[in-house]
Amino acid sequence: MDVGIDLEGSFIQSVTDLGVPAGAAKAIWMPLPMILMLIGATVGVLVTTWLERKISAAAQQRIGPEYMGPFGLLVPVADGLKLVFKEDVVPAKADPLLFTLGPILVVIPVFLSYLIVPFGQNLAIANVGTGVFLWIALSSVQPIGLLMSGYASNNKYSLLGGLRAAAQSISYEIPLALAVLAIAMMSNSLSTIDIVEQQSEYGLLGWNVWRQPIGFIIFWIAALAECERLPFDLPEAEEELVAGYQTEYAGMKFGLFYLGSYVNLVLSALLVAVLYLGGWSLPIPISMVAGWLGVSETSPWLEIIDASLGITMTILKAYFLVFLAILLRWTVPRVRIDQLLDLGWKFLLPVALVNLLLTAALKLAFPIAFGG
Amino acid sequence: MFVLSGYEYLLGFLLVCSLVPALALSASKLLRPSGRGPERRITYESGMEPIGGAWIQFNIRYYMFALIFVIFDVETVFLYPWAVAFHLLGLLAFVEALIFIAILVVALVYAWRKGALEWS
Repeated sequence: MDVGIDLEGSFIQSVTDLGVPAGAAKAIWMPLPMILMLIGATVGVLVTTWLERKISAAAQQRIGPEYMGPFGLLVPVADGLKLVFKEDVVPAKADPLLFTLGPILVVIPVFLSYLIVPFGQNLAIANVGTGVFLWIALSSVQPIGLLMSGYASNNKYSLLGGLRAAAQSISYEIPLALAVLAIAMMSNSLSTIDIVEQQSEYGLLGWNVWRQPIGFIIFWIAALAECERLPFDLPEAEEELVAGYQTEYAGMKFGLFYLGSYVNLVLSALLVAVLYLGGWSLPIPISMVAGWLGVSETSPWLEIIDASLGITMTILKAYFLVFLAILLRWTVPRVRIDQLLDLGWKFLLPVALVNLLLTAALKLAFPIAFGG
Repeated sequence: MFVLSGYEYLLGFLLVCSLVPALALSASKLLRPSGRGPERRITYESGMEPIGGAWIQFNIRYYMFALIFVIFDVETVFLYPWAVAFHLLGLLAFVEALIFIAILVVALVYAWRKGALEWS
């Protein structure tokens, strides 16, 4: 298997050549991909909010943002700046400590989950062995923050919204985890990098979506519910609960909720791309293209092109899914709370269990097609 | 220093991520106006004077769902090592997991029939 570009190795090599000890070189390297990933995630949010406005406008035959920068591209920046300058109103009856801690607890785990998102064989912050499992563990911290902010606001709408958010998250977490379980079984690993490598050998036809069509649908529905996207945006249903747990929030604390929800959407789309759509792998495997052109697979030029194409592919796949999520918002009406819980517990959970057992049985019957 | 390699990145990234809310909140603290009268701090209740607080005892309908969630979440955690090592274990492990899941499905059916999954 082709190892691909190794930025960390070459960076540490070139710094130690200058006379810096190896430990210090690693310490210099460590924060660089993290800060890059944070900036990338934030820019991703800005692009997503702009896309949300533009696509929503197109769905309703409007033009959308137009005057602020070319095609209204600066609107998300202006939104962010506006939130920074807003007054921070804490209700007199609220619990000030929990009120501040709530949005912080929502934002940190979402950003932390970017640890496991790979953009290439060596283009991830770290290849942690627990991979997707770590993501599932982190995503269950978020409902605590939502519940906390709902309760701390001492507002009836907020309390109901917070309770709804917690109930919704826990209801869809189990189908989500079971869908991921079937993928882990096929890859014999929890590491996201191994999961992509297992899919990348045969190009388009090797992607997990063909071997896990049921799992793909379960994961997508559950991910939309975890992100509180329409048709599952009950916790902040504006017609019933004003804004749910966000009702009392203003200024930057509201901004953190806003940031968290969009980062979560992009993260879920990235993970669908990684788990089901072959991550960074191209529709035609790069080794095959190299074979046609008669180029050696390990030549530095091919490695650079391969790595940048890999990053582009991951982002393209993820944004295709973001586009689908935004279109769904204007296509499907919001579900009721009893329908939401029924869908999670009486449909997705049994189907996810069956999907897991089916994968296990198929793996026993056709070991080669299902990861050996 | 660490038994599991790669997890020092998790710790480092946790610190870097904590900077996001810290920076955002402190930047806004420097820039924003403050103290515009006590009326602004009244709890929002559709423009009315709020009647009573929200910190009261009432029937939380999601209670049963939370209980069932705990059962199935623990089940999934148990199944993770099984799934990752499944290629080494073979048929016997499949039958064992089948029995394990069957017991929990009985519990799900019981909860379903008892009406624990009903909203009303």
